[in-house]
Amino acid sequence: MPSINNKREEEISRRQFLRRAAVTCGAAAAAGAWGYVFYSTEPVRRTDTKIYSFRDYRTREIKVYPHLAIAHGKDAEKMVRAAVDRIGGMGRFVSPGERVLLKPNAAWDRQPEQAANTNPDVVAATVKLCLEAKAAEVWVTDVSVNDPHRCFARSGIGEAVNKAGGKLRLTSENDFVSTDLKGEVLKIWPVSRFYHLADKLINLPVIKHHSLSKCTMGMKNLYGSLGGQRNRLHQDINTSIADLASAIRPTLTILDATRVLRRNGPTGGNLSDVSVEDTIIAGVDLVTVEAYGLRFLDLKIEDIPFIALAEKRGAGLSDLKGLNIAEMTI
Amino acid sequence: MKTKFLSLRNIRRIYAVFFVALFVVLLRLKYYILALILVPAAFGSIQTGLLDPISFITRSFAVSVFPGFNIGGGRLYLKQPLFNGGALIGLIFLAVLFANRFMPRFWCRVVCPLGALLGLLSFGPLLRIRRDVDRCNDCKKCLAHCHGGCDPHAALRTSECHLCMNCVEDCPEGALHYGLASPSSSVQMPLDVNRRRLIESALAGALIFPVLRSTISSGTSPHYRVIRPPGSLAEKDFLRRCIKCGQCMKVCPTNAIQPALMEAGFEGLWTPLLINSIGYCEYNCVLCSRVCPTGAISPLTVEKKLGKGVGLKPVSIGTAFYDRGRCLPWAMNIDCIVCEEVCPTSPKAIWFETVEVQLRDGPTKKLKRPYVDPNLCIGCGICENKCPIRDQAGVRITSIGETRSSVNRMILKT
Repeated sequence: MPSINNKREEEISRRQFLRRAAVTCGAAAAAGAWGYVFYSTEPVRRTDTKIYSFRDYRTREIKVYPHLAIAHGKDAEKMVRAAVDRIGGMGRFVSPGERVLLKPNAAWDRQPEQAANTNPDVVAATVKLCLEAKAAEVWVTDVSVNDPHRCFARSGIGEAVNKAGGKLRLTSENDFVSTDLKGEVLKIWPVSRFYHLADKLINLPVIKHHSLSKCTMGMKNLYGSLGGQRNRLHQDINTSIADLASAIRPTLTILDATRVLRRNGPTGGNLSDVSVEDTIIAGVDLVTVEAYGLRFLDLKIEDIPFIALAEKRGAGLSDLKGLNIAEMTI
Repeated sequence: MKTKFLSLRNIRRIYAVFFVALFVVLLRLKYYILALILVPAAFGSIQTGLLDPISFITRSFAVSVFPGFNIGGGRLYLKQPLFNGGALIGLIFLAVLFANRFMPRFWCRVVCPLGALLGLLSFGPLLRIRRDVDRCNDCKKCLAHCHGGCDPHAALRTSECHLCMNCVEDCPEGALHYGLASPSSSVQMPLDVNRRRLIESALAGALIFPVLRSTISSGTSPHYRVIRPPGSLAEKDFLRRCIKCGQCMKVCPTNAIQPALMEAGFEGLWTPLLINSIGYCEYNCVLCSRVCPTGAISPLTVEKKLGKGVGLKPVSIGTAFYDRGRCLPWAMNIDCIVCEEVCPTSPKAIWFETVEVQLRDGPTKKLKRPYVDPNLCIGCGICENKCPIRDQAGVRITSIGETRSSVNRMILKT
């Protein structure tokens, strides 16, 4: 008795057979060709990462202005304004429509009085100056050591920036891009992408004691552009600071010496370690600014190897003699 | 219509009939779970948080759902939070969600001990869903959207009823209402548990208690990795109060607070501890102590945590120790002291000695070698977290010296 399930397969014609055989052979040949074309002795495909490099943020050098402008006084905003005006005004550094990135030191979850971060009034004043120079956007960023939300809140910088009309850019894990710093120890490192999105960079460091490098000012402040395992840089701190100073050339540096943390740096925490100096130093040459700032920590240039290293690489001049320094009291 | 039981076509129906029988038994399970959990709790071993729905959902969201959302492209955090064994907590949560595929509100109907407790408390309500037996024509449309599976078409299982009121809406005859009884209202079904099973569960709970306690845990002897958030009660009291809800883990800004696996013993599963290779205790932060719902981490102010005030000492959660075989300046004569840089206390608990060392190929080198002052160290762990030796830091925190414990101490004079 035949099966009830009697559905049979159709017979195929010669033409159909040839067609099917051709398709099968074609597929096999294509697979072989694919393998032949893409054959590589390197067994695993590596992720390609785009490597960025820093632009030179500086503007054209103008000799008529002093190298440094130093303002003493009580009102941070007036001091910043006066110092920047003395070296040519913000219009010399920021052209209308540009995006300016400010890099204050906002590394620690500390209050302004504890002097571990840049004075918020100095940051706010700089934001205002940039906006007056018709900057399209003013971004303020740092890669903090403590929790970034807390650092910008407690330091007062977050609020001051928002009030002044700037924009806070907190750096998330996804905001780092590989950048070639072309240094001796700093080669390819993850750097906050905001540095590559900005037209101008204003460095807003604070002067502090630091146990390993002895002082932290403008050059060390540039650590805050880096992500990754930057704690490794301590192993050769002088070379790495010099690497940073030659890789990143800020448009302008405004050094905050309104309050100076003299001991227990760079974190501080005790008001007895803070001395009030009421001074703002503005200049284009990072090394010169740094050389001037040493006096607040009773240091000499010989004590600080990274200044000499940076000078040797052409990052600036450390000898203050013979330089035009304008000092004023507001 | 009669069902032909052996017909292949009716296999789904047989399955359904079997399932309804199973279903009624399954609904009882939550009462047994409640008994199993409450009895050890009465002796002092609190495991309610494992299955309490509020703990369950806050923990699942804090440890798994929100971090997962961030991985999936949501921008919730600056730094992706990661949790110790977080996938397990997440998978359990997904399994509970997936169980709805087989039975609506599987968790509520079958597992939830809080639901069981609420069911017990509602055994004889004055106000409830009531069915008018004169109006009802047994169409069973009320069953279509019933959340509790509580039989509004027959004698209502009051303890199972969620009061969703869907049956009232669905009844075409207006036979169902919520409120007081009328002369034509149907009776309710008494609480449906098997008394023998219930007693067995309670007995099992009573047996579990000594078994749980006859093991080494952080309550019997301090464990170096059980570093509790600042403000935590002494370990025994802590374990008595912590419901493993994970809120402290959610608010921790550095992701340091992690769910324990077996570090604190079986009873300490998913209780919070700090893993400093992931995060560290932020100096000015007291968030975890502010959100703890049970006071296992008692509320702190920043002043109290930092010991600001006359005669006050900062809250310490442990002590840092140098591993001189791994620390770069100690082991390899390489400059480092990142730990000293980031140490938040003032004066810093980490200090250094400048020494001149002989290098392998002849010359000498001046080097700073770090030390810990145990009287200043608060165990925050930022030194361990920022140590460049990423896999196992050259300076590590252990729980000794923690303020909350009177036994986990090493220094005589403080």
